[in-house]
Amino acid sequence: MKRAVFRNRWLPYALLAPQFVIILVFFYWPAVESLRLSLFRASPFGDRLLFAGLGNYERLFRDAAYLRSGVTSVIFSVAVTFLGLGVSLFLATMANARIRGLTVYRSLLLWPYGIAPAVAGVVWLFIFNPSYGVLPYLLSFVTAYRFNWLLEGWVALALIIVTAVWKQFGYNLAFYLAGLQAIPASVLEAASVDGAGPFRKFFAITFPLLSPVTFFLFTLNMTFAFFESFGIVHAVTQGGPGDATSLLVYKAWKDGFQGLELGFSAAQSVILMIVVIGLTALQFRYAEKKVTY
Amino acid sequence: MAASGSTVVGTLAAPVGQVRTARPSRRRPWDRWLAHLILLGAVTVIAFPLYYAFVISTQTLSEASSLPPRLLPSSHFLENYAAAWQRAGLSRLLLNSAFVALAIALGKIVISILSAFAIVYFDFRGKTFAFWMVFVTLMLPIPVRFVSTYEVVSHLGWINSYWGLTVPLMASATGTFLFRQFFQTVPDSLAEAAQLDGAGPLRFLWSILLPLSKANMAALFVILFVYGWNEYLWPLMITTTAEMRTAVVGIEALVPRGGSQLPEWNVIMAAAMMTLLPPVIVIVTMQRWFVKGLIEQEK
Repeated sequence: MKRAVFRNRWLPYALLAPQFVIILVFFYWPAVESLRLSLFRASPFGDRLLFAGLGNYERLFRDAAYLRSGVTSVIFSVAVTFLGLGVSLFLATMANARIRGLTVYRSLLLWPYGIAPAVAGVVWLFIFNPSYGVLPYLLSFVTAYRFNWLLEGWVALALIIVTAVWKQFGYNLAFYLAGLQAIPASVLEAASVDGAGPFRKFFAITFPLLSPVTFFLFTLNMTFAFFESFGIVHAVTQGGPGDATSLLVYKAWKDGFQGLELGFSAAQSVILMIVVIGLTALQFRYAEKKVTY
Repeated sequence: MAASGSTVVGTLAAPVGQVRTARPSRRRPWDRWLAHLILLGAVTVIAFPLYYAFVISTQTLSEASSLPPRLLPSSHFLENYAAAWQRAGLSRLLLNSAFVALAIALGKIVISILSAFAIVYFDFRGKTFAFWMVFVTLMLPIPVRFVSTYEVVSHLGWINSYWGLTVPLMASATGTFLFRQFFQTVPDSLAEAAQLDGAGPLRFLWSILLPLSKANMAALFVILFVYGWNEYLWPLMITTTAEMRTAVVGIEALVPRGGSQLPEWNVIMAAAMMTLLPPVIVIVTMQRWFVKGLIEQEK
């Protein structure tokens, strides 16, 4: 803690004022308002709000479209996270050698961080183009199946998953490579001397020692998949075909801004709020553990 | 948080060279060949979509839609980029994006420095409470409060304005934590000396603390500029006319939805290239600070 402290009665409050004006007006007030709004529904003429209690939430959990959207979101986030982390961990482990030029590789891996999810989506949209995209073209040599994302829900879902994984891939790989470099070679050599094979070494040493990196990347990718994927869906599939790629954030936005069902949309926002709180709590519980470790 | 963050990060920031030269694996050179092979492969997979987008952006529409796909650049670079520039009104969109990204980045930096300065250098009633108030905003991203935030902004008359595009995004918990952590590492003797010399707190902030914070400001700037440039949901919601859109949102308007018109993929890709380049250039030219920022923001 600081010992040298300035003394002033009002200055600290003045310094905090800009931040507080913004968080009160644009964060806390709307959050509370969302909670309140989620308990109301519009009157038949849409001119005033009627108290609905937990009606909106009840409706959510009976609404087949919402439940489908929940399942789609879980599939999407799990696929993005596990595929992304799995592939990059595997490659990083294979590539774990003391080589020249690692900083150059790091730069070449990290730049997609700067590309907006929506723009990345537009690029992949062309790669997946059913008539002349390079991917369906290549696949046509392997199988007669027509990979048309406009018609097949699962192809559309694959399109947004691939876009998200691509965008996060270099970032994940760079962090794993750095994490592996920090594992002392002597530990792995000692294991080799004791006769441990590559699998044994990976599961007994590398994976546990990398767990802080894995955990950090896990929450980061989950958050990305849940909350930053909106741009990909909106710019690329618009939730379609049907509602095959209608993720939770996209559905909340659509019901609120196009359907103008404010209470129903607010209830969806509150569910998302619970997801964020869960992810944040998870992150901190783990961090606490590391401190006492 | 700091614990997991610093373990993860220290590693990304560590000068890789030192670790490497400490132990050259002379015994098994094929390990190194394999490593280079895998990394080159990964770099290629990452770069290919962008290369492909660039190639398409230099072709005519019939070249772009030919089978088998042509993977070499053609000679229509200028006309496609000019077409994209005019048709999407890109000059205005890119200017909007640049303004919004700069305003958000600078605004967030100023606001977080002031908050962190108050929290670290002053004792006042409600200090812990203030800190937690800022912390909880981490759990309130736009998707969990957008309907009501929109209403607030519309009451203020800020729909479709630069105020609306920037001010609601300017609060920053991560920035406040970053500067708080940094200020705590600044030796107390500096503030004491400043006080002895008769400098007030603002004078100390301006002439001593700010110059010391340059590296942290640069690191945060890169991350925040990229964030501001790429933000999608918020500008989509609160802009109502094409001239107020940012480039990232404007590009969506070029993508055809069903309909009978033939999509002009070459022009779309030219617009995509121009939209994605500025943040990527910022990252590449400010590489050192970018990596520092990546690490620091997760602490």
